[in-house]
Amino acid sequence: MLKQESIILLLLGLFFGLMGAVYWGWGHEDGGGIMLLGAFLLGMLPGFYYFWWYRRTKGNRPEDRADATIAEGAGVVDSFPSTSIWPFVLGMGCFCAVLALTFGIWFGVPALALFVAAFVGATAESRRGGDV
Amino acid sequence: MTDLIDRPTTDIAADPGAPHHDDHDHAHDGDHGHHGPSGLLKWMTSTDHKVIGINYIVTSVIMLVIGGSFAEVIRAQLVSPTSTLVSFSQYNELFTMHGSVMIYLFAGPFAFAGLANYLVPLQVGAPDMAFPRLNALSYWLYLSGSITMLLGFFVAGGAANFGWVGYAPLSNAVNSPGAGADLWIGALMLTGFSAIFSGVNLVATIFYLRAPGMTLFRMPIFTWNMLVTGILILLAFPVLTAGLVMLYCDRHFGTHIFTVQGGGVPLLWQHIFWFWGHPEVYILALPFFGMITEIVPVFSKKPIFGYKGMVFATLTIAALSLGVWAHHMFTTGAVLLPFFSIMSLLIAVPTGIKIFNWIGTMWGGQLVFSTAMLFSIGFIITFLIGGLTGIYLASPPLDFFAHDTYFVVAHFHSVVMALVLGGMAGLYFWIPKITGYMLHEGIGKAQFWFMFVGTQVFTLPMYLVGLHGMPRRMAVYPNNPSWQTLNIWESVGALLIGLGTLLFVVNVIVSWKKPIVAGDNPWDASGLEWFTSSPPPHHNFVSLPPIRSERPTWDYNHPDAPALGHGHAPAAATEKVDA
Repeated sequence: MLKQESIILLLLGLFFGLMGAVYWGWGHEDGGGIMLLGAFLLGMLPGFYYFWWYRRTKGNRPEDRADATIAEGAGVVDSFPSTSIWPFVLGMGCFCAVLALTFGIWFGVPALALFVAAFVGATAESRRGGDV
Repeated sequence: MTDLIDRPTTDIAADPGAPHHDDHDHAHDGDHGHHGPSGLLKWMTSTDHKVIGINYIVTSVIMLVIGGSFAEVIRAQLVSPTSTLVSFSQYNELFTMHGSVMIYLFAGPFAFAGLANYLVPLQVGAPDMAFPRLNALSYWLYLSGSITMLLGFFVAGGAANFGWVGYAPLSNAVNSPGAGADLWIGALMLTGFSAIFSGVNLVATIFYLRAPGMTLFRMPIFTWNMLVTGILILLAFPVLTAGLVMLYCDRHFGTHIFTVQGGGVPLLWQHIFWFWGHPEVYILALPFFGMITEIVPVFSKKPIFGYKGMVFATLTIAALSLGVWAHHMFTTGAVLLPFFSIMSLLIAVPTGIKIFNWIGTMWGGQLVFSTAMLFSIGFIITFLIGGLTGIYLASPPLDFFAHDTYFVVAHFHSVVMALVLGGMAGLYFWIPKITGYMLHEGIGKAQFWFMFVGTQVFTLPMYLVGLHGMPRRMAVYPNNPSWQTLNIWESVGALLIGLGTLLFVVNVIVSWKKPIVAGDNPWDASGLEWFTSSPPPHHNFVSLPPIRSERPTWDYNHPDAPALGHGHAPAAATEKVDA
């Protein structure tokens, strides 16, 4: 489970780490060195998590097995909203927040109202759940 | 409204009672009992990846037209060395907004959020993206970011005018006062978060929602490229967003992160910007590489040549792309020239592998020169020109000579125009799946020739005038007859590209007025998206074929064709007989 996925992330992370070490050791430029360190960590953290998960479960998901049949993965994946107004509301809240950065803090009032409405609405929508 | 997201219960081959493929178009009847809102409310509330994908595609094509119209004004200004069509200030705003709209609002969102949103779940056999509401939020952030950026034209002082790269200290409050610059920064924050959310969704969908049997090395190359693009987005975009916050703080909160006066380092902005900016080139290019890799085999009537080579080339490009950022900064005299030169030259190797693999796929094939194939070939040629001239610029001595001349402008316009051609290939290939109707091939081919010839007429004189020393970002230039002649040719090329884009709009209208039904798989293509109806039903699939190679639909439709298993498993045809 997720073995190949973890290997891809770990290899990318290792490469960024190696590249960062060579870069910083050669040029002593801090900005680029720190950004490459960040890239190294962004590869290693999820990579190790997935690898740990793979070692813990040992099982192969149907999507990881070449001989799996469609029937093995059949059934409910989860319950999601097929329509929801809350992403739109949250997006408009972000829009107002950015306008507040330019035109004045008063734009923050509708932004805050939209954020609160979106978080409450989306949470209630999730708690209500689907017809599982 | 809440829905169960589920996968098909049976595969079509395993269920003797399932309808035959010819009848499985469960299809044009649409939704399978899904009754949601319609009209404007559907647009505002849908979390279906297909609706969101179409929203992205339409919005980004509108941005292409807006950004393209800015380019036409720029080219009209440069027809004469002393033109007064626009003022110097307006010219600065135009080239800034042209670059910003094209890079931030068209090329990326069209590919990694538009077509990817629509296609990736279909290609991996998933019912939707992993996080549908986050996906919808991503679109609203993109749309509001686009509006925010264009609002700059309507505020006092005009839009941002410091170039699409926003170099500090030119972009600080002293040198670029006014709301236009702040709107530009805010717009990039919104679109940046939008991209990050798209990246999260792409990676999660590909890691967790693949259909049984769809192993990583059976995924279509487009999906592979979108996985790598998603990872690159997650590595690169947060850096830009952090830089934008710092820039905003410098402008308004008295910090001196990028100003020398307070002990800051102006060059740090360039490091931050290009640490995002060069991976961004591949974030833009990889989806289009993926599209071409899907299209060329279909119209060569052959499987892709070197599937695994393509995958490893994509991963290598991603790995190297984070180590080349400062080749944009060679002339600052403050970067490690050999390191960035070597890394930049190395990246030509995996890119070359892709070019050879596309040629290898066509080699000996039964080529069909459809509009999508013509655009794909146009992409390969134009990208090759852009890529090869990029190799010159990776060499510091040559870059010192050409930096900030039109040679650099020509190089990246070859690259991005290749992406526009590739995008058109993708639209002609997948619009039949998205809408259920074909685009007109005759108009499409005319469009191709306008855009392909226009691109070369536009860029090739630009290389020459750059080598003659003409600097970029100048509203007027010395009255040199050879420069003016070359500039006139560039403007003619830009006009041809504009006419070609107009032909696309004409084609959409003509195809809408005189619809030709596409059917489920008009190209006899091989990916899973071609197994379902056109357009696909809600949650995408009623049934799925067995997945025994990277070409499951082809395997199902051509049970007698030689298997393509790479030694993994028996051919699908065998299983079908057994079932």
